[in-house]
Amino acid sequence: MSHSVELDGIGMTFGTTRAVSDVSFTVQAGEFFSILGPSGCGKTTILRMVAGFLEPTEGRVLIGGRDMRGLGPNQRPTAMIFQSLALFPLMPVWENIAFGLEARGMGKAERRKRADELLRLIALEGYGDRMPGELSGGQRQRVAIARALAVEPGVLLLDEPLSALDLKLRQHMRAELRALQKRTGVTFIYITHDQSEALAMSDRVAVMSAGLLQQVATPRELYDNPATPFVARFVGETNAITGRVSAVDGAMATVETQMGALQGRARHGVAPGQAATVYIRPEALIPGAGANTLPATVERVDFEGAFALVHGRFADGAALAASVPSTRLADAPAPGTDARFSFAPDHAVVLADA
Amino acid sequence: MRDLYGRFGGGLATIFLSLVLVWLAAMVLAPNLMMIDYALRPNLPPAQIGGPQDVRSLDNFLYLANEGVHRAIFLKTIWASALVAALTLVVCYPIAFWMAQRATPGQLAVALMLVIIPFFINEVLRTLAWFILLAYRGPLNAVLQGIELIDTPIRWQGNGGVLAGMVYAYILFMLLPIYNAIESLDKSQVEAARDLGASTVRIHRRVVIPHAKAGIATGCVFTFMLAAGSYVAPALLGSPGSRWFTEIIYNWFFEGGDWNRGAAYALTLLVLCLAVVLATLRIARVNLTDVAK
Repeated sequence: MSHSVELDGIGMTFGTTRAVSDVSFTVQAGEFFSILGPSGCGKTTILRMVAGFLEPTEGRVLIGGRDMRGLGPNQRPTAMIFQSLALFPLMPVWENIAFGLEARGMGKAERRKRADELLRLIALEGYGDRMPGELSGGQRQRVAIARALAVEPGVLLLDEPLSALDLKLRQHMRAELRALQKRTGVTFIYITHDQSEALAMSDRVAVMSAGLLQQVATPRELYDNPATPFVARFVGETNAITGRVSAVDGAMATVETQMGALQGRARHGVAPGQAATVYIRPEALIPGAGANTLPATVERVDFEGAFALVHGRFADGAALAASVPSTRLADAPAPGTDARFSFAPDHAVVLADA
Repeated sequence: MRDLYGRFGGGLATIFLSLVLVWLAAMVLAPNLMMIDYALRPNLPPAQIGGPQDVRSLDNFLYLANEGVHRAIFLKTIWASALVAALTLVVCYPIAFWMAQRATPGQLAVALMLVIIPFFINEVLRTLAWFILLAYRGPLNAVLQGIELIDTPIRWQGNGGVLAGMVYAYILFMLLPIYNAIESLDKSQVEAARDLGASTVRIHRRVVIPHAKAGIATGCVFTFMLAAGSYVAPALLGSPGSRWFTEIIYNWFFEGGDWNRGAAYALTLLVLCLAVVLATLRIARVNLTDVAK
């Protein structure tokens, strides 16, 4: 049984600090939804308001269509997975998993049975009598998930639970979380500051900055069509070239820059005369002249295996990052040389400066 | 030991160690051995000391065992000290939890000051303050009569007064170990338990108290020992009907003039306290090194 979560204009003020301002979005039932943003952007505050640890100072939280005002964390159909996991170190694994059932008054034999079922679900059969301290990081992670799932929550809230794991394990746990979400059908709200994590796992992502909601979109949409300069810079790498809009022709805009006129797709609200920035992804920059040509100086070429990252400066001083596939490595300019890069107008986004 | 030698070299380390040993031998071991010796000998006029009647026996201990009033006071002291420890725990646990988990840094500083400042004053004076507060025509009775809760003054001094005075006197010894223990509990554990639907009672029973067990045991042991060996509070706040075993020991030494019997009584109290402490630690599965920390 999964629930939708609707945030209706919620805000949170701590003393004189505004942590979250007027955030509204709806998470569909059964969706894997991420909230992405740098630390201090208010994403954990939002999660804690959904969980019931904080009462929003403005707006409403609705879970499954029900207004949650006045309900504590123990009365909401949510379960939270903490950044520190917060397993109870003095209880064996099975009691950890069954703690929520114990709180609901379930008998011991039945609790043990449920715990063993969940241990099977997370592929830790036979680990019930161990203590949490005896498990590896990834195993503890899975126990925390099982403990949250044991109470059959409508919504699972995850507060950067993978941040303590090493890279390999993190990638493995991403896939596992995703699979678990599909299998259980529970709504997941996942907090992270790691954009690749958010892009890889989520159905949709909300991007936050300084307490404000920037954009809610699918990972693809977020990457290809950022709605704000913040999203363009925060999600994935990007080249940013500033100038002034000279013309808008339907979906395309022309921006006059120090390196000449550049064309790109216009996002809503771009009008001639505005200060604007053209954002180009590293993989959209192709060595050699073309439709939109940019002169640059190459400083460094980092070979990464599948591709090489070319770092340097554009003629106007902006930082250059271009990725060249390994199969085309012969085209990559040598460090210390001047070079030209071009991009297709379709692969660039023009956003008015904030 | 090896650390000590490594850091200070053979000469200095040997001096440190022998100083500690001399201290232990002169200040701890010797007086206790002397007390045992006293306890085993009869109380004789000076002329007969070392004479034919000066033989060691358990007579002084048997006297306590056969003396009904003293035995009753001894047992009462033990269970009343346990009661003091229990009451102090009940008072301190919520305060310690609030200080460790809920209070803002500012509130914590104020709370710590409020708890510690009274301890700048001598225990006798603090107890005297309670003596004044609890007096028959004192402020407490005046207030209670003023708000018409009682018609005639209550005689607080006696068992109730002793209990109140002791709980107050030993708050710090209970509060700080428990505060230390709860302070190290990750806040998200309490939140996780709440999130999983646990009631406040269950959160404390299953998460906070097991975590703070060593601190609670330490506080209880401290308080119990201090209460059992307390003299000022029962002497000032007690009544003839609420005599403490330490008062009896005092009487043997300074009024009865029988040091031997007093030593036997004191030794009995010491041994029983040790037994209670070790049993408590065993039950709580805490070892002595944890307490020492």
